[in-house]
Amino acid sequence: MQRVFCAVVTTVVPEAAQLDAAGWTDLERIVERALADRPTSLRRGLKLFLRLIDWIAVARYARRFSALDAARRARLLAYIERAPLLLMRRGLWGLRTLAFMGYYGRPAAAREIGYRADPRGWDVRR
Amino acid sequence: MSETTERRYDVVIIGSGAGGGTVAQELAALVRDGRRVVVLEKGPRLGDHEFTGQELEMAAALYADAGGFLTADGTMTLAFASAYGGSTVVYTGTSLTAPERVIRRWSVPGLDHADIVTRSEKFAAQNGVHLLEDSLINDNNRLFVEGGRKAGLRVEQFPVNVRGCRGSSLCNLGCPNQAKQGTNRVQLPRAEREGVEVVTRAEVVRIGVDRSLLVRVAGRPPGAKGGPAEWPPGEYRVRARIVVCAAGAIGTPALLLRSALPARLPRLGQAFTCHPALILVGEHARDITNDVGHPKSYFVDRAAEDGFVLETCMYFPFVTAKSLTGFGASHSATMRAFPRLQMILLLACDRAVPGNRVAVDRAGRPVVYYRFTPETLEALARGTRAAARICFAAGARRVHVPADPPLIEAGEADRLDARVAARHFLPGRVSISAAHLMGGCGMGGSAADSVTDAWGRVHGLPWLRVADASLFPDALEINPYLTIMALADRVAEGIRAEVREPVNA
Repeated sequence: MQRVFCAVVTTVVPEAAQLDAAGWTDLERIVERALADRPTSLRRGLKLFLRLIDWIAVARYARRFSALDAARRARLLAYIERAPLLLMRRGLWGLRTLAFMGYYGRPAAAREIGYRADPRGWDVRR
Repeated sequence: MSETTERRYDVVIIGSGAGGGTVAQELAALVRDGRRVVVLEKGPRLGDHEFTGQELEMAAALYADAGGFLTADGTMTLAFASAYGGSTVVYTGTSLTAPERVIRRWSVPGLDHADIVTRSEKFAAQNGVHLLEDSLINDNNRLFVEGGRKAGLRVEQFPVNVRGCRGSSLCNLGCPNQAKQGTNRVQLPRAEREGVEVVTRAEVVRIGVDRSLLVRVAGRPPGAKGGPAEWPPGEYRVRARIVVCAAGAIGTPALLLRSALPARLPRLGQAFTCHPALILVGEHARDITNDVGHPKSYFVDRAAEDGFVLETCMYFPFVTAKSLTGFGASHSATMRAFPRLQMILLLACDRAVPGNRVAVDRAGRPVVYYRFTPETLEALARGTRAAARICFAAGARRVHVPADPPLIEAGEADRLDARVAARHFLPGRVSISAAHLMGGCGMGGSAADSVTDAWGRVHGLPWLRVADASLFPDALEINPYLTIMALADRVAEGIRAEVREPVNA
C-alpha cells in the first residue's frame, strides 16, 4: 500500500514528488508517528481506504492508482472528495490530512513556503 | 503497582483549566483554615523552556490526540488541551464578557448577567486584560480592520490577557515567552503558594457513589515533555467531601457518564455545542506581517444578526494546509504564498440541538456526536462571504474558501453570493474544527431540563459540582474563558460557604 500512499501524497502535494530520499524519510516518519498513537481500527481503515482507491482506479481507468498520470489521479481524488457517501469523503480527508502533516510538518517545508514564526517575535523581525 | 493507595481531602478538583484553576485559587483560603484541597490534572506540567513553538511537537505535547480529536462521524476536529492550565495554555488570551442576550436566552434560574459581568471583571483585572498598543499590531490585523470597515462592518479590538507579549504569534502552541496569563501563570501558582496541591499526569477514571475517586497517576514517558507526576505512578483511591469536575465540556460529561452516579440525570452529555470554525485566507500582492505579532487582536461580531463571528488569526503550516479546501496545484500555490496571506477565523454560532451530545464508548472513552444543522451551514456560508469581502476590501488579489473551485479572484468579488453557498460546506470535505467546546452538563432548574443548578451543583448530588464550559446550556457566541472563570467563581463561593469542618488527614 506504500506505493498508493506515495501516489496520493504527490497528488495532494505535487511538490512532494521533488523530495529526495531523506525528505521522504522525514515525511513518512511524521506520518508513522501520528498513526502510532491512533487506534488500530483507524490504521486498518486507512489501509482499506488506500486499497479502495486502487480498486476505483482500476474500475475507472483499468490501471492501478500509482500507474495513472497526474491529471487522472487528481480527477479521481476530486471525485472521492465530493462523493455522496460520507465514508468516502471522510477517508480522503484523513489521507490528505496525513499527507499535509507529513509534508508541511517538516521544518524544511515550513521554511520553503516562507513561514518564519519565531519565539522571539518582533525582536527578530524589526 | 498492584495495591491502591488511599488519600483523603476536603475538596478534589478535577482539571486545571479556566474552571479548575479558578476554583483552586478561590478555595486556597480554605487551606489556611486547615482544609485539604487537591487539583488532579490529567496532563503534564511543562517547564517554561519546553515551549518551543514547533508545530507538531507542541501539538503532540499539549493537545488531546495531538489536536486531532474527531467527532464520531469524523467531520469535525475538536481542539482541547491536556496540561497544567488546561486549554488556557493554548488559547490566544482574548477576553470577552458574556453578552447579556445570551445569558438571558439561557434562562437559568438564579443566574443573572450582572453577576457574570462583576465576576468577569474581577478575573480580567487579575489577568491584566487590556487592549494591545498600536505598535504591536501586525499587518494581518491591520488589514482586517481596514477591510472590515470598508466592507461596512463594525470591527472591534479584542481585550487580551498578555503581559510582556513579544509577538511570537505562537499562542496556540503555548506561549514560549510566558506572556499569556492563563491559569498556568496566574491562578494555579497562586493556589499552590497557598497550599493547594496540584497533581499532574493524574487521570480520574471514575467517581464512586461513596465520593471516592479512582485515580491513575502515570509515569513520565521517556522523551516526553513535562515533569514527573507529583505522586508516585500507580492507582489511588481519593476520598473527598466535595468533588468539583472541571475537566472540560468533553472530559466532565464523559467522567460523569462512566461513573455510577446515584442520581437520574437524563440531560447528562446532552446539548453539546462548539462554534464550528473555518480558516479562510486572502492572498495579497505583497508580503505582510502575519506570523509575527499577537495573532488575534480584532473581531467582527455578527452573532446576533447573522449567526457568525469573524476573528483575526494566524495558524501554522500544517494546520493551514489542512484547513484550506482541496488539494493539488492551486492548494500548493496558496501555501507558497504564505507570507502574503491574510487569515480570518470564522466561527459559526451553533445551537444546542437534540442528538449533539457527549457519550462514552465501552472502554469509557469520550465520543462526541455532532451533526451540522442547516442553520449552522448557512451561517458558515454567510460568514465566508463576509470574510471574503473583508479580504477584497483590504486589497487581496484572491481568496481561498470552501467554494468550487476554492480560489476566487478579486474580479469575482461581486459574485460572492453565487460562488459561496451552504452546499459547498459538505461535511467530510471541508476542514471544520472547533475549540470552544460547551455543554453536556448544562445548568437549569431541575434534572428534567439540566444537569446542575446555577451554582454548578449536580441535581440530587449536592457534593458533586461542575465548574467548566460544560455548564453552558447553549452556545456562548464569544470566546468563553472569562465566562468559565465567572461560573467557576460561583461554584467556589458555594463550596466555601459549605466546607467548615476539616476531615482527618
